[in-house]
Amino acid sequence: MVGRGALAKSEPQLVGWGRIAAPGRELLTENLERSTVGAVLSRGLGRSYGDSSLPANPADKLVATPLANRILSFDEQTGVLRAEAGLSLAEMNRLFIPRGWFTPVTPGTKFVTLGGMVASDVHGKNHHRDGCFGAHVRRLRLRLADDSIATCSPTEDSDLFYGTIGGMGLLGHILEVEFQFHRISSPWIWMESERVGGVDEFLSALGRAAGAFPMSMGWIDCLSRGKSMGRGIMMAGRWATPAEAPSAPPVEAKKIAFPVELPNWALNPLSAKLFNTAYYWKQLRRQSSGVVAPDAFFYPLDAILNWNRAYGSRGFTQYQCVLPRAAGALAVREFMQLLTKLGGASPLCVIKDCGPEGKGTLSFPLEGTSIAVDMAVAPDLQRIIDSLNEFVIAAKGRIYLTKDRFTRADHFRAMEPRLPAFLALRDKFDPKRRLRSAQSARLFGDKA
Amino acid sequence: MKAIVFGGTSGMGRAVARRLVERGDTVFLLGNDEADLQRSAADLKAHHRTQADVGYAICDLANTQGFAAALDAADAALGNFDTVVVTAAIFASQEALEADIDLCQRLVTFDYAHTLVFCEHVRKRLLSRGGGRLAVFSSVAGDRGRKPVAIYGSAKAGLSVYLEALDHKYHAAGLTVLTVKPGFVKTAMTAGLKPPPFAGEPDQVARDVVRAMDKRKAVVYTPGMWRLVMLVIRMLPRFVMRKIGF
Repeated sequence: MVGRGALAKSEPQLVGWGRIAAPGRELLTENLERSTVGAVLSRGLGRSYGDSSLPANPADKLVATPLANRILSFDEQTGVLRAEAGLSLAEMNRLFIPRGWFTPVTPGTKFVTLGGMVASDVHGKNHHRDGCFGAHVRRLRLRLADDSIATCSPTEDSDLFYGTIGGMGLLGHILEVEFQFHRISSPWIWMESERVGGVDEFLSALGRAAGAFPMSMGWIDCLSRGKSMGRGIMMAGRWATPAEAPSAPPVEAKKIAFPVELPNWALNPLSAKLFNTAYYWKQLRRQSSGVVAPDAFFYPLDAILNWNRAYGSRGFTQYQCVLPRAAGALAVREFMQLLTKLGGASPLCVIKDCGPEGKGTLSFPLEGTSIAVDMAVAPDLQRIIDSLNEFVIAAKGRIYLTKDRFTRADHFRAMEPRLPAFLALRDKFDPKRRLRSAQSARLFGDKA
Repeated sequence: MKAIVFGGTSGMGRAVARRLVERGDTVFLLGNDEADLQRSAADLKAHHRTQADVGYAICDLANTQGFAAALDAADAALGNFDTVVVTAAIFASQEALEADIDLCQRLVTFDYAHTLVFCEHVRKRLLSRGGGRLAVFSSVAGDRGRKPVAIYGSAKAGLSVYLEALDHKYHAAGLTVLTVKPGFVKTAMTAGLKPPPFAGEPDQVARDVVRAMDKRKAVVYTPGMWRLVMLVIRMLPRFVMRKIGF
């Protein structure tokens, strides 16, 4: 696998959000039940950054789910929705926010499918309170590796159910998802943001916010050093009460599409530093609060379609790890120091307080602090990621597979004590390892 | 509107049906697969703000004998429909059609002759109640004889000419006929083909089509860019068309 530019244009290729290409093609279908027969991987909107949704082998049959997007039932009384796996979160928001319902958990982009939300067991700003998306899933319908159909739930074939939640699509193709919406008090968000001067202050502010607000996260300027290392902006929010909310519902802002792929040099240490300084001081007052639209609160980057083109043809990755609470604030500070020292820092660095680990066998979050940082592909990227992984292993943390493209198999084994349990599930449901991805070939040693 | 969508379970038809339901129109689905109709009816119900039920009946382009009964069922459920959208059709690549003469015959029969027969049933019913709207999905492929769509395009060309004549003849009587000419649209139907520039999305097509119906237009190209593309294609001399692969 190489940067997009290096593959011949005529050769069909697929990319993750980080735009690092793999040869292969996907089959767009409205009928998952029919099309998943003989398929080795399902792929939604391709928002996973690395190689989770890319084929291990160019000849592998990949099913693209976004057109399999029908809602099969919705109960207005209870807020339980059942739908085909290709239904997008953007569509659910458009339809159900005006009716007073919202997904129990949302990742930082709404351009994801239900199937992807389950396979990645996505987490959001409310993780400390509500856990991952999988905690709200009631039932799944799957196409297994032997081409049979199975339904599972927390009480029925629960091993298959929890293995599929956060299982990166490797136990079965997700055909249908049934989950529980949350009631919201208005279609607006009450948001408070606070400029924070350094990393220790940040962690205590996040802790405070987690107690007071159902949703919180922070943007960290990971380019600044010394005393202001780890300065940033902390954001917390909750759904606005009807009294606080404007009388009209939010109108969807017109999206700007990133028109061209920027040259590889456009995002460089100087431009990144300028961006960060500007972004930090954008919030002039130390604290501010007010009502904002959900899109602005949850999905600031979705406002610019194809923003991933900013990194140029070389592509990029996101390094996201979680450091357990037991490792303390010291570990977070050391991680930031290591990141700066290695030169892996970029404008986008997000920090979040995570709640207890969920039940998904391979689900990412655990109680502690999650840090996510974008990195452009560069000759020393592998070295940077290896160093960060060594730090994370020592701290007993782990990385998020949905973002990963570069972690080494031995590092993954060292940081993932749950791996044998997951492999046992694969032995049970897919002993021949028919279902696979470029990522599973890299990390689990599946045959390519 | 009280609208029938024939082919509303998939692709562009699904997008049109959703758009109508979301703005409060009543929709009745026709299609050839009961389980699929059931799923789409549930989907449309969920898209409707107050979760109004959506009816459906079996109607298969292969079986012209079933058309009247399907329209009866729609009339009974809707209380006399006033709008009919037809997206049902079959599609196959030129290579597949050249290789399989039965498929070729089926495609030309369904996409031209049987679609026309369906429209005749609809025309009579709508005229008997003082008019109404008929929107039928033809294709830009019918605008000019072209190598990659020689057979499919000829069926669509026949359909487009019929629809144009229908408009000329019955416009004064209150029948509004819309010929929809989609360019390349990314649906399951075109999966596996390489999308050309200006490829559209089903939602975009649905928006254009519903707007054209509201404005009582006679022809709509969607995405709009295809109007220009086809204008150029229609003007190209034969010796050029023989050379190019488009």
